[in-house]
Amino acid sequence: MKLTPVITQHWDDPTLYTLDGYKSHGGYEALAKALNSDPDSIIALVKDSGLRGRGGAGFPTGLKWSFVPQNDGKPHYLVVNADESEPGACKDIPIMMANPHALVEGVIITSFAIRANHAFIYIRGEVPAAIRKVAYAVKQAREAGLIGKNIQGSGFDLEVTVHSGAGAYICGEETALLDSLEGFRGQPRLKPPFPAIAGLYSSPTVINNVETIANIPYIIDRGVEWFRQFGTEKSPGFKVFAVSGHVQRPGIYEAPLGITMRELLDYAGGMRPGAELKFWIPGGSSVPMLTADHLDLPLTYEAMAEAGTMLGTGTPMVFDQTVSVVKAVTRWLEFYKHESCGKCTPCREGTYWITGVLEKFEHGHGTENEMETLTTLCGQIAGRSFCALGDAAATPYPAAMKYFSHEFTAATHTSADEQFDPIASYVFSGARA
Amino acid sequence: MSQRNEQNVISESTRLKMRELAGRYPNRRSALLPMLHLVQAEQDEVTTEGMAACAEELDITSAEVTAVATFYTMYKYSPVGRHHIGVCINTLCGLLGGDAVYERVAERLDASHNGPSADGNFWLERIECQAACTHAPVMTVDWEFMDDVTPQSAVALIDKLALGEQVWSTRGPMIRDFQATEHTLAMAEDDLATVGNCVDEKMLAGLKIAKSGAQQ
Repeated sequence: MKLTPVITQHWDDPTLYTLDGYKSHGGYEALAKALNSDPDSIIALVKDSGLRGRGGAGFPTGLKWSFVPQNDGKPHYLVVNADESEPGACKDIPIMMANPHALVEGVIITSFAIRANHAFIYIRGEVPAAIRKVAYAVKQAREAGLIGKNIQGSGFDLEVTVHSGAGAYICGEETALLDSLEGFRGQPRLKPPFPAIAGLYSSPTVINNVETIANIPYIIDRGVEWFRQFGTEKSPGFKVFAVSGHVQRPGIYEAPLGITMRELLDYAGGMRPGAELKFWIPGGSSVPMLTADHLDLPLTYEAMAEAGTMLGTGTPMVFDQTVSVVKAVTRWLEFYKHESCGKCTPCREGTYWITGVLEKFEHGHGTENEMETLTTLCGQIAGRSFCALGDAAATPYPAAMKYFSHEFTAATHTSADEQFDPIASYVFSGARA
Repeated sequence: MSQRNEQNVISESTRLKMRELAGRYPNRRSALLPMLHLVQAEQDEVTTEGMAACAEELDITSAEVTAVATFYTMYKYSPVGRHHIGVCINTLCGLLGGDAVYERVAERLDASHNGPSADGNFWLERIECQAACTHAPVMTVDWEFMDDVTPQSAVALIDKLALGEQVWSTRGPMIRDFQATEHTLAMAEDDLATVGNCVDEKMLAGLKIAKSGAQQ
């Protein structure tokens, strides 16, 4: 399948991040089109396109927008989730650094469609490189009359606020993000009510991922038929894939949904010299791992679900034969333990216990019984917490056991580092000296 | 180094910026996270006095501000020094060599996780995924990207910073200092958007293939 650069098409133009650069490639033509149409027709068009949320869950974007009650007399808000922190996910930050106006144009169109007069772009605080580019794009758009009062004579007013987070993975969860944006600890809310009914400041709110919103100008400009020529019936469109790990050329590869991992891997130059693929993860540490047996599956929401995993963020991490699965899983659990917000007991306590037991395995001191304990612990977290962080924490171990249980058995007497020399996994040489 | 005065009093100019931030939101309290970044921009850490100033401006209690501040890992409660150094040790970066980078950097700085260097000029932190896995192993200086580091290049970088030499982010502008970055985060803007290159070969990997016609 061919690569199809759309969002990434002009990234080699060093002026793309400026208003003039973006406009020279047809930027903001979609906005003019949108402002001349009826907001409901934009929602309908996005629904028809079949665009699904690119943040991980894959919820249909147009449907999400349509849940916002209209003529309810309340202010509506658009909140862009730019808190990209999922281990392995590295596509929203590059989009914001290279093509921030695609996001800003998408924000204006989306706000117009859902009748929001104030939009917020919540960017994780650890990435000033993305924050300053988005802020600059917003500033230029404001100076050009694309943000503010009576945008291009349409009568539509919009304020856009760029907001920095302060270091908390959980704020990528949409309701935790709302609490954080309201100036509280970022802890998830119970749903329902869903944000479309009671979101930011208890008002109807749409929360969309950066890549989702960056798709909008292209869909409005080129139409449903064009968009649906890419991908499958259930997963239309293209995706900014970010391939990382033990491949020759890690990087950004934009392709239609439905491309296979084998094809992506080929584009990325294959595995590094002398390496064999051991396992890979389609979209962030929160989705189950796959092996070389799954390389020919199409990267779509439905095919990944069928294989027992998820497309997630669509940012495959690839690991070769030098990597200890025990060590990889332990490290991910240490992350979930660190990032659990502490609100729900199963997640707060469970991530603590799982991590402790896994660390025993990493050091070669696990027991057969404790392999059972881990299974039980994961079962007691999954589905028993407010948000998906608990479910995510319960994912890596069972997935690893499906394919690599022998490594955990070996870890009852031999440490991960004795099983697999850590230095062999490094991507640079000279660490042995 | 910290420019703050002896009593840790938040300056009037910072107070004005706090009010400007609060005015950006329909509900003033939304400005709390940026305001705490502003405290770090002025004081190199989040001080009790800084939190009290936030509380005053937002008309909430200091206890509420503390409860929020302590939830977020980017706020520090002793002076960070001139530069914040982050080394990603999440699975992908860590296993691809970030672990070795962290070890060597910790040794060089004589620092441990989430603490100052022996000379007080640096702060070291094992950081989680920085959304740059294509550039692993990743390090940050004052949260600016330092991509594809090795133990040797990381230590060389710190040597330069220690000497006060100019250093550039691999995808961004020149390194300033921790407090300057905190000011950028607080105000969610600075005048460096046009400085430095944000797009590198790895971000163009797929585009290059598509343009070359070497497609399957």
